Amino acid sequence: MSSDAGQQHPLGIYYKVWILLFVVSFFSYMVDYLEFQGALRWTLVLLFMVIKAGFIIAIFMHVVWERMALALTILGPPVVLLLLIGLMAVEGNYTEEARFNYMGHDRDAVALTPADLHGGEHGGEEEAH
Amino acid sequence: MSEAAVAANSPAEGMDGLVDDWSADKQAYHVPWGKAMMWLFLVSDTFIFSCFLVGYLNVRMTTTEPWPVQSEIFALSFGGAPIPLILIAIMTFVLITSSGTMAMAVNYGYRRDKTKTFWLICATALFGAMFVGMQVFEWSKLIGDEGVRPWGNPFGAAQFGSIFFMVTGFHGLHVTCGVIYLMWVALRVKRGYYDDKGFEIVEIAGLYWHFVDLVWVFIFAFFYLL
Repeated sequence: MSSDAGQQHPLGIYYKVWILLFVVSFFSYMVDYLEFQGALRWTLVLLFMVIKAGFIIAIFMHVVWERMALALTILGPPVVLLLLIGLMAVEGNYTEEARFNYMGHDRDAVALTPADLHGGEHGGEEEAH
Repeated sequence: MSEAAVAANSPAEGMDGLVDDWSADKQAYHVPWGKAMMWLFLVSDTFIFSCFLVGYLNVRMTTTEPWPVQSEIFALSFGGAPIPLILIAIMTFVLITSSGTMAMAVNYGYRRDKTKTFWLICATALFGAMFVGMQVFEWSKLIGDEGVRPWGNPFGAAQFGSIFFMVTGFHGLHVTCGVIYLMWVALRVKRGYYDDKGFEIVEIAGLYWHFVDLVWVFIFAFFYLL
């Protein structure tokens, strides 16, 4: 009965969103490739992430065309996760500061990279095989 | 009676529609039940992945060991100097490609073009299998060449390994299940199983597949880029 009345839309909008996802993914890769750091990196990565997620949910998953009852069922509950993220960020920050201040951990420690461990500048030669 | 019948035939939109849909002893969602159930599953799955990612946030904030530099660890060399994060970028593009072919499959499904639907679902499953293959390569490189373990690694914070294997492993499991699910749906489309039942099943399978792509968007941003 409802099979032909389902979510059917012109193909053009899918092509446009598809291309957009490619372009935005390329941008987020360039954020890493061009070694943007700090607040700029965070802003760009999160912005591109939200754009991609938004278009996938809205267009590919058809939520923009769904009735409000279903759309709110889908999008409403995950909003409480923002509270969880906020709480865990505050708590995590407190724990880290306590460890630095009272347990003598090194604030300036730097992570090693494959190049450090495998010797020389070409960390990649073993990885090619 | 007749008023109610008219109202049920042309439900209101927006806020009025929201109130209408919830305010009577009747069907709340005007979609096939399979689609409503798939959405219910996906919302619950959202919470599982969110728990993993919030756990990652907390662990990464609290550890005083330096966090390993993902850009260097996931670099890959094609003969020359290692290109940072290139494998992950390719995996991202493969998954987006599969999402596009899936959206096409849903569209041709509703147009009742079975041949195109079948081949587009097959293409989606193939890209999904490629993604899993690259993930296997990535895991084996990290475990074999770099010595990353769930309990420690040579680069920095020990939690890097546990988070990496848990989050990408759970996502990879979803992709693997999705490939099997899609092949099953594709075969049934080809055999004409949905000719009378309707092709909503392609859209429902598509929802699952787009969700897997959606989760990867967040993993790509939080785990690999930040």
